[in-house]
Amino acid sequence: MIGAHGMKLAAQLFGTTLGRKYLMALSGAGLFGFTVVHMLGNLQLFLGPESLNRYAQFLQSNKELLWPARLGLLSMVAIHLWSAIKLTAENKAARPVQYIGDPNPVAATFASRTMLMSGLIVAAFAIYHILHFTVQVPEINFVSVDFKTFHVAEGAQKGFHDVYRMMVTGFQNPFVSGFYILAVGLLCLHLSHGLSALFQTLGLRNHAWWPLIQRFGIVASLLLFLGYITVPVAVLSGLVTATTGCDCCK
Amino acid sequence: MKLDAHIPSGPLTQKWDQHRFDMKLVNPANKRKFDVIVVGAGLAGASAAASLAELGYNVKCFCFQDSPRRAHSIAAQGGINAAKNYKNDGDSVHRLFYDTVKGGDFRAREANVHRLAQVSVSIIDQCVAQGVPFAREYGGLLDNRSFGGAQVSRTFYARGQTGQQLLLGAYQALSRQIGLGRVEMYPRTEMLELVVVDGHAKGIVVRDLINGVVTSHAADAVVLATGGYGNVFFLSTNAKGCNVTATYRAHKMGATFANPCYTQIHPTCIPVSGDHQSKLTLMSESLRNDGRVWVPKRKEDCGKTPASIPDSDRDYYLERKYPSFGNLAPRDIASRAAKEVCDEGRGVGPGSLGVYLDFADAIARLTEPVVRERYGNLFDMYERITGENAYQQPMRIYPAVHYTMGGLWVDYNLMSNLPGLFVLGEANFSDHGANRLGASALMQGLADGYFILPYTIGHYFASQKQTRITTDHPEFKKAQETVSARTRRLLAVKGKRTATSIHRELGKLMWEHCGMARSKESLTAALQKIPALREEFWSNVRVTGENGSLNQDLEYAGRVADFLEFGELLCLDALTREESCGGHFRVEHQEAGECKRDDAHFSHVAAWEYQGEGKSPTRHIEPLTFDEVHLATRSYK
Amino acid sequence: MNLTLKIWRQKDAKDIGGFETHEVREVNPDMSFLEMLDVVNEGLILRGIEPIAFDSDCREGICGACSLVINGTAHGGHKATTACQLHMRKFSDGETITVEPWRARAFPMVKDLVCDRSAFDRIIQAGGFVSVSTGGVPDANAIPVAKEDSDQAMDAAQCIGCGACVAACKNASAMLFVAAKVSHLALMPQGKVERERRALNMVAQMDTEGFGACSVTGSCEAVCPKEIRLDFIARLNREYGRALLHRGGG
Repeated sequence: MIGAHGMKLAAQLFGTTLGRKYLMALSGAGLFGFTVVHMLGNLQLFLGPESLNRYAQFLQSNKELLWPARLGLLSMVAIHLWSAIKLTAENKAARPVQYIGDPNPVAATFASRTMLMSGLIVAAFAIYHILHFTVQVPEINFVSVDFKTFHVAEGAQKGFHDVYRMMVTGFQNPFVSGFYILAVGLLCLHLSHGLSALFQTLGLRNHAWWPLIQRFGIVASLLLFLGYITVPVAVLSGLVTATTGCDCCK
Repeated sequence: MKLDAHIPSGPLTQKWDQHRFDMKLVNPANKRKFDVIVVGAGLAGASAAASLAELGYNVKCFCFQDSPRRAHSIAAQGGINAAKNYKNDGDSVHRLFYDTVKGGDFRAREANVHRLAQVSVSIIDQCVAQGVPFAREYGGLLDNRSFGGAQVSRTFYARGQTGQQLLLGAYQALSRQIGLGRVEMYPRTEMLELVVVDGHAKGIVVRDLINGVVTSHAADAVVLATGGYGNVFFLSTNAKGCNVTATYRAHKMGATFANPCYTQIHPTCIPVSGDHQSKLTLMSESLRNDGRVWVPKRKEDCGKTPASIPDSDRDYYLERKYPSFGNLAPRDIASRAAKEVCDEGRGVGPGSLGVYLDFADAIARLTEPVVRERYGNLFDMYERITGENAYQQPMRIYPAVHYTMGGLWVDYNLMSNLPGLFVLGEANFSDHGANRLGASALMQGLADGYFILPYTIGHYFASQKQTRITTDHPEFKKAQETVSARTRRLLAVKGKRTATSIHRELGKLMWEHCGMARSKESLTAALQKIPALREEFWSNVRVTGENGSLNQDLEYAGRVADFLEFGELLCLDALTREESCGGHFRVEHQEAGECKRDDAHFSHVAAWEYQGEGKSPTRHIEPLTFDEVHLATRSYK
Repeated sequence: MNLTLKIWRQKDAKDIGGFETHEVREVNPDMSFLEMLDVVNEGLILRGIEPIAFDSDCREGICGACSLVINGTAHGGHKATTACQLHMRKFSDGETITVEPWRARAFPMVKDLVCDRSAFDRIIQAGGFVSVSTGGVPDANAIPVAKEDSDQAMDAAQCIGCGACVAACKNASAMLFVAAKVSHLALMPQGKVERERRALNMVAQMDTEGFGACSVTGSCEAVCPKEIRLDFIARLNREYGRALLHRGGG
């Protein structure tokens, strides 16, 4: 179907270390895009229940788009994870003996050395996060309610799933929020290296751009971190409540 | 024995062209029927191996390093000469030829040198096509500089790493042929015997340095490109591994060794810092373009800090003695001048063996950033080695053995007196006479490998009735047994001294008796002491380990053993050449401190023939005739 | 000064090997590290013990033979310095120094501190050259090269092939080495003709040899005695991507 040339190209992409790094960088870039959009969606919490629920309804009512998007995301995760695990296994095999001398790795940042760990923890969190808010398994939300029973009582979204209330209720458990903040922290640590590294891996930089790209990686990760944690922090601090939303933002 | 250089007839400028036409060719389809062994993978060896393989010959290439990319050509800093006249400053093939003959103090063959100057232009073309990143101007064309006493800018360079870049070019060409299966490469393999059958070189015996296995390799021709013998002085700017073993063992099989006394002492090296010293490091000669060389006028000032010595108490001796060339006087002259002031007790630094190379004026004139731009990497290197900052205080430099002009005798075709044995690069004696000019070593190595041997070896193949020899021949068995016996003997001594300590002693002896200044007295003394030291070696050396695995102690001891024999030949040559010329300075033959040649009696090449252990070698003569160049006293005043 | 050396000894490729401790007395601070080892070795020889095997040749930082991990860092961790150019004045009296060989699967052990780096040669043989034969080339000035390109090419071409980049990398990746050659040649017009083939073939050989992938930690750049920059790896990635775009899988 893809022909001899296609096979060769696939062999390069999947069969060489550089090809796998390309796949990892491209899927990483896609996932980064998702995290940005997701964060912007989350921040609508501060605009009040109506805005957020309108946005949720918009997403969920277009099943023709939602599922391809979900499948796309899933395949990006799969490629990212597969290439990560495969490369890590190869990398470990490439260096079977460690040095005993002063173990401080030269120049390498903490983030760069812990990419697989941070990535795996984030992946584990993502599974929980989907079960928590997307599948809405009541047993794991630790607030003893079933999110599926939340419906908007009035307005344009009347009768639809009340995502706003679900978020606020969901984050009221400090452990759930804590896990979320931890995971988002690790994600941003991951991105603080991954963002600049993806430019490196795709060859999209030179020495003049590099400091800028590195700074972009760090600043973007930091903004993402702040953007994500404002939601649980606002909920836990009582700034937003299940019914009113945030007064100052409305 | 009659040494016939086979110099083609006809006018000098047409000899090479005519010769190329006259030489017989090997049919392209027949080239694959010829096997060639190349020993050494530096500039000459790698370029030869690659070029021969490209032509279609079957090539085996051997080197003792773990990769052909590490040959010592890599350390050449300054540049490579070529008569391109890109600078429009009056350079020409004839001028490069003339400068080289004169620089060699009229002790080189005119025909060889002229050919070298001719092919120099092709070398640059070749290297550029390989992607060698030579320095360029903003217009995109190649940059040149003047170098080592030349009055035209004909030196092409790649920062201070020209040798490295040229070697990598040749290494890449060689690698391409290895990848194509045209060259079989044997790294970490040392040649220990040359095999001669019916007077023709027919193969070599090598030892695999990893497992000690000794094997034979037969071929239709053997090419030695194994570098110089500077390490006979123990301390030199050569790499630790550089040795005379391949050429010396070929010499013992009948190849004559020419002009071994022509050794070059480089004036700008970092002085010795103590007894632990394992080698000396060269600072590029280009430093003399802006640095001023001086010592204190009075002995008493030598211990003072240089800054505290006023200008009036300093002796800028090169500027004083050679006003027109000043600090850029040629290597041999600058080196001897340094020795002279140190002998007068005016040397500086540890052991009073050093002179200052001062950049204070250059920094004042050009500013520090400009000096840093030009020489930053050299200043950094100096600081790493000495711990001193040369922007703030003058460098200390002292001459050190750097290059050896002598080598196995070869004819115009680069073939030794043993048919089928070709010798290239520093390993032969051919082009530099008694002194080599800066930036000419790279030129010669590549000329030999890329543009001379590929033609002349074909002529040899086409003009001989080839007899196929295999490694089953008894000469191979004999040679293998010689190698194994030598190894057994080295391991069996089990004495009380290390090979290093004996080598160090030999080096000191050579440096003191046969270094920058030589006399009948010193050389006679050396000729008495060397056999005693050799005796000491064979009765008291300690070589540890076994033959069957990587044994660096054993490798090294074998090389020292050869130096101990070769050193004697070097001194003997120096003793019999009763004149001073270029790098060979006999104190008896001087005029106001300068070399005094004796053209009437010594305008010849001395080629030594080995006669067997304990016997004096025979000195053969190849007269040198000068038709184009007028013999003159070399003056740089 | 007096020092304690903790040094790796291994009889041959099959031996397990282990550390040996040597007390070294009266070390002259002006010695190079290798000269210090020479002195230790002379002492061993006089006691009839085999000296410590290590590679070295030019001892002026250009041949790339020396290959020691000193106190856990390739070449000892001083800026732009090979082990042969590292002087004892950089150490302090009484210090314990560990000395280990390069560790990488692609650099199999030979003996003591000597490993086999022929993998690098095979990578060059796979494509690290311009395919021109001797003779028949244009005049040197017929091919103008922008000074900036030529200078950058020289920055890359300075690589001495010592393998410190591999030794320092947690993945034993040879990317900096490969990148240096690919970049050098890709920056010169002479090398542009076969740039795609070169990138694909060298990467394939690098993988075959068993080197790991690049995680952009920057350790290689930090230990490189010729200060070859990480942006050359980006350039290699770019060249590789370019090859995929122009030539597909080759």
